[in-house]
Amino acid sequence: MIGLEIHCQLTNLNSKLFCPCKANYRGFEINENICPICIGLPGSMPRLNQEAVKKATIIAMALNCSTPEKIAFFRKNYFYPDLPKNFQITQLNIYGDTSVGGTGSVMVGDKKINITRIQLEEDPGRLIYEGSSSKNQITLVDYNRAGTPLVEIVTEPDFETPKEVRDFLNILSDILENLGVADPSLEGAMRADANVSIKGGKKVEIKNIGSFHDLEKAVHFEITRQESLHSREIEIIQETRHWDDKRKITVSSRSKEEELDYRYFLEGDIPWVIIDPATKTKLISEMPESIVSKKERYVSKYHIPAQVADVLSSDKYYSDLFEDSHTESNAKEIANIITTDLMGLVDTREKREASKLTPHHLKDLADSIQSSKLSRNSSKNALHEILKTGKDLSIIIKELDLGNVSDESELSGIITQVISEEAQAVEQTRSNPQTINYLVGKVMQKTKGKADPTLTLNLLKKQIGI
Amino acid sequence: MNLKISALDYIQEVKIGNISAEDFVAKTLEQIHNEDDKLHAFLSVNEKAVDQARDIDKKIKSGEKVGDCFGMPISIKDNLCIKDSKTTCASKMLENFIAPYDATVIRKLKQQDAIFVGKVNMDEFAMGLTTEFSAFGPSKNPWNNDCVPGGSSGGSAVSVSAFECVASLGSDTGGSVRNPASFCSAVGFKPTYGLISRFGLISYANSIEQIGPLTRTVKDTAFMLNMISGIDPNDNTTIDNKNEDYLSGIDSGIEGKKIGIIKEMIGEGIDPAVLSATKDAISKLESLGAICEEISLDMVKYSVAAYYTITATEAGSNLARYDNIRYGYDFPLEGYEFNSYISKARRNFGPEVTRRMIIGGFVPSSGQAGKYFLKALKVKSKLTNEINDAFKRFDLLLSPTVPVLPFKLGEKIDDPVSLFLVDINTVTANLTEKPAISVPFAISNGLPIGIQLMADTLQDKQLLQAAYALEQTVRLPEVPL
Ligand SMILES: [Zn+2]
Repeated sequence: MIGLEIHCQLTNLNSKLFCPCKANYRGFEINENICPICIGLPGSMPRLNQEAVKKATIIAMALNCSTPEKIAFFRKNYFYPDLPKNFQITQLNIYGDTSVGGTGSVMVGDKKINITRIQLEEDPGRLIYEGSSSKNQITLVDYNRAGTPLVEIVTEPDFETPKEVRDFLNILSDILENLGVADPSLEGAMRADANVSIKGGKKVEIKNIGSFHDLEKAVHFEITRQESLHSREIEIIQETRHWDDKRKITVSSRSKEEELDYRYFLEGDIPWVIIDPATKTKLISEMPESIVSKKERYVSKYHIPAQVADVLSSDKYYSDLFEDSHTESNAKEIANIITTDLMGLVDTREKREASKLTPHHLKDLADSIQSSKLSRNSSKNALHEILKTGKDLSIIIKELDLGNVSDESELSGIITQVISEEAQAVEQTRSNPQTINYLVGKVMQKTKGKADPTLTLNLLKKQIGI
Repeated sequence: MNLKISALDYIQEVKIGNISAEDFVAKTLEQIHNEDDKLHAFLSVNEKAVDQARDIDKKIKSGEKVGDCFGMPISIKDNLCIKDSKTTCASKMLENFIAPYDATVIRKLKQQDAIFVGKVNMDEFAMGLTTEFSAFGPSKNPWNNDCVPGGSSGGSAVSVSAFECVASLGSDTGGSVRNPASFCSAVGFKPTYGLISRFGLISYANSIEQIGPLTRTVKDTAFMLNMISGIDPNDNTTIDNKNEDYLSGIDSGIEGKKIGIIKEMIGEGIDPAVLSATKDAISKLESLGAICEEISLDMVKYSVAAYYTITATEAGSNLARYDNIRYGYDFPLEGYEFNSYISKARRNFGPEVTRRMIIGGFVPSSGQAGKYFLKALKVKSKLTNEINDAFKRFDLLLSPTVPVLPFKLGEKIDDPVSLFLVDINTVTANLTEKPAISVPFAISNGLPIGIQLMADTLQDKQLLQAAYALEQTVRLPEVPL
């Protein structure tokens, strides 16, 4: 059995959970993105970011969780150098359902994964270890991350295999990205703890898993480790282990974390937050269309094949491009360009950021293909060039001489030449009509793929007289 | 130059040009210089105060717009942050802490051209009610230097009463403004929870404490409340009071008002002089047309226990940040692992803070919470219900502020339990979020007695009107400096 605790930073917010510093701390000098509140200076008080509460509520609703009308924040008290106040402001449900999200569920294929709760809390700072041995090791603290809004999603132990974990994480990433609340591709934006147990063994908690990619690996490693212990009849003890992302193994932690008493109590500096039905209705109306609904719409409205619609709807980058570029008539063509030509070119965050492609380009490409101004072949070359330069399609067609040869007299000349060169094939067309495709290919060769295929075919037939 | 004037008189005198801010502030600093070796109200003095006063005089002369405080010299409890000034909380832990920002109340007073003459003494982190727990030595009661001035805002009360400032800001977690005000014959006010922003107040028990003014007159308190109250985006617990003017109508009187006399606050252990002063206050109020009647509040007897349980829990959390890593005192980190470092560094807390940290680690812990912390919260909620019911019948509740007279320094410092009982009359207002005020009412054998009035939530204005009426019934002798 596997249960997950997923931490997702709300990186798309402007500010931290309790202060005006930036929620996305990346790119700052060490300890530059800080203020008296997020480093817990004496006299500072938390100032709740209402937008974070809204976003966390949206996540809860998207994961079909119950959302209480009143939410509260609690203090989790423990000493750790990455915690500026030596307590973390978080949420819990032990004194009634006061967390931003209660029980919910997500379908992974045919399997239902139950959500235990969703809570909004502050991220601690980041520890940096220096020094080679334990003797001269020093710990430095960077508080840039301290106070970043974090949503913790706790699942029931409903997973049975690492693959189910991976499928769930893929769906969850897509949902979070589609909601526009988080950017799963940012380093450290998605972290997780996992509880793993096998039949007859105790529960083992794995902490500190820095990415979804490693989570699947960690779970896999841990199951293998436990099964190997079990087969040798060695007892599996209840413990906390850490994921060592360099060695890709889980390591037993010697810390006494299990014995910590967090002395939870209500954070008096933050009054209860009311999320009334009117607020919820408004949030629902502002929620982006779900991935499932998008997919259905693509299939039913534009007759895009289900598989293509699936790819298109689940990746926010692609679906945004599609939404902003398509019209009733070119939708299928654009879906085609995105899922066959574009996908390989922008498969990483870096490539997407470097890309100069706009929805307008996609529209031009699709329209040009549909009006036979550009062959499918040439459109791939044009797309390459657009990504690199961002130039207008018309300019690229000119510069790279990609435009279709659709001038009848020019094409007729070329066809006459092909017919004279390929007498045997011309002859065969009379007994085997398929041979005409060979001739079209020859014309294409001569025009470097720029001949308008339909026009070519018609002219060939006309000249040969079939 | 007469320093013995109220804040409102000071403003009037400066406005009409009878006195200059510079002269008054210079004379105030001289007073601090003369009296404070003996009284020890101040932990630090603002050396630029006279220059700042001169700038305000220039503004007045040139006809520029001047803030409502007109350079009035104010002392500030040393748990309120003033930018670029030391803010020590009277603790060795924060001996070298220089605040990088202004508390909201400080920002507001600066905008109104107040002058901060210095930071004043307190019990370490506001934990105590005699100011003897200051890491920098106790303050003395100006009425009798052998006696404690009360606490924790002892320095505030001493400085107001000894003319070392015109007004002061303290903080009140369980009576820390009202208790020293009563012991030093000053007016001390704890507003409705949320009426004054706590941003920049170094927390002790944040769910119940408030900043409050200490002044020489009730009108001055109303004026100070006008200056510093109101909603603040930096403190999510503040209430919008719509810029209420607490001075207007302050002399409305109390005719026909119903006043409940809390039986449990004039019971066992009360000093006879305090009891007779209380009776005198009741008859004076009755002669002004108020209707007084005794009321029993059953939960009051549990209030002190609940108060110490809740405050210790919150203090244990609020003071956890003092690990000496980001700021603090000189104690190098090298060679330590985190846990051993902080346990060593945190030994710099004084005995009372340490005591409460230990209690604060215990009472909310799993296994104990049900017996202590959660029970204390239950008392708080029952007490609140009881008080709310009382305010359905009464406009105000009355008691002596402290059941005993100021006692000798050292007399109770080693007896925390008997000290705690000194809180019995004040903690209820904090636990129930109600406004309460201590009004100087009598002097017995040269020692001050204050009367406490309490009102319902957000009835701060009505409370000040009643306090003003009570204040007008007596004329008290001058402090024998
Ligand atoms: Zn900050």
